[in-house]
Amino acid sequence: MENASIFVIIVSAILVNNFVLSRFLGICPFLGVSKQVETAFGMGMAVTFVMTLAGIITYVVQYFILVPLGLEFLKIVAFILVIASLVQFVEIVLQKTSPTLYQALGVFLPLITTNCAVLGLALLNIQYEFNLLQTIAHSASAAIGFSLAIVLFAGIREKLEIADVPAPFKGFPIALITASLMSIAFLGFTGLV
Amino acid sequence: MDIKIFTKGLYKDNPIFVQLLGMCPTLAVTTSAINGLGMGLATTAVLASSNVVISMLRKVIPDKVRIPAFIVVIATFVTIIGMVLEGYFVDLYNALGLFIPLIVVNCIILARAETFAFKNGIFSSFLDGLGMGLGFTIALLILGSVRELLGAGSIFGISLLGAAYKPALIMILPPGAFLALGILLAINNVIKQKSAA
Repeated sequence: MENASIFVIIVSAILVNNFVLSRFLGICPFLGVSKQVETAFGMGMAVTFVMTLAGIITYVVQYFILVPLGLEFLKIVAFILVIASLVQFVEIVLQKTSPTLYQALGVFLPLITTNCAVLGLALLNIQYEFNLLQTIAHSASAAIGFSLAIVLFAGIREKLEIADVPAPFKGFPIALITASLMSIAFLGFTGLV
Repeated sequence: MDIKIFTKGLYKDNPIFVQLLGMCPTLAVTTSAINGLGMGLATTAVLASSNVVISMLRKVIPDKVRIPAFIVVIATFVTIIGMVLEGYFVDLYNALGLFIPLIVVNCIILARAETFAFKNGIFSSFLDGLGMGLGFTIALLILGSVRELLGAGSIFGISLLGAAYKPALIMILPPGAFLALGILLAINNVIKQKSAA
């Protein structure tokens, strides 16, 4: 992956290695905030925003602070703190500068700290030894892949509300089976890259 | 009373089947029984130790910064567990890969810190962490066994269904994880309805 072109990174992060449906990152918000398309879209936007920023900042932390000081083993602690403060920071800035955007994304922001997709993305960027440009491309497209999956899933779940589901399958079981079918559909993209 | 703190995590408040927490590792690493077991035990170790430390510090940590404080404690234990696994169980370390550092963001651990360890004594917090962790382990072990049995015809690498069985590869691929957990949850619902009636 070291020399992968930007285009390959983007296609593979959105479709082939979709964060939710094939890497199992960010399942909690995927199942939790997907009852309505509108909220799912809001969550997707908030995650895209935070993930892209987090990807860039963790890159800087890793290569300009941790590696020169020989502190790579502190990666997990450092990254999770960066993400938690970033989320807090974004919340404050949005509240001051763009109240409309804040109202749209507001409720979802605190939830993102414990979204494993963000930390997973930061760790994957380092594992693949991406350069800064590749990091940005991978972060943004992974987040778009997340948004795509959650919005599609919410669309299906809205229809499921009025469907006649066998009693034991009501709620989470049928949602998981729906996710399984979506995941099969996304398997079709394997071999695209 | 102490025994209840321990046993409630096993079935009544099982983190996976009842509370639906910590879904990411549950779905991702359960491609085989051994991976599920390993992940479960690693999480249990982190959960029990972070519960103990957070309970010890509960009078020192100011209320406002408790979440970052919890995260630092948890991340420290995850780093330690990661090093232990890398040193002594290399195969498991490679199989679980990214999901070892991601134990940090497992919602179960933060949820127990917030709702139990921050309010209770050291020993009960330890029991709570151990019980919840073992409940998580059992769920992962069941899911891992089902997927390995259907997807490879074996459990813990021991072939059970014989050579004539054609493995349903899909159970080991990502869709199988969603499917198996969905059906297990539905079965659990049936059992609960039967026992309630």
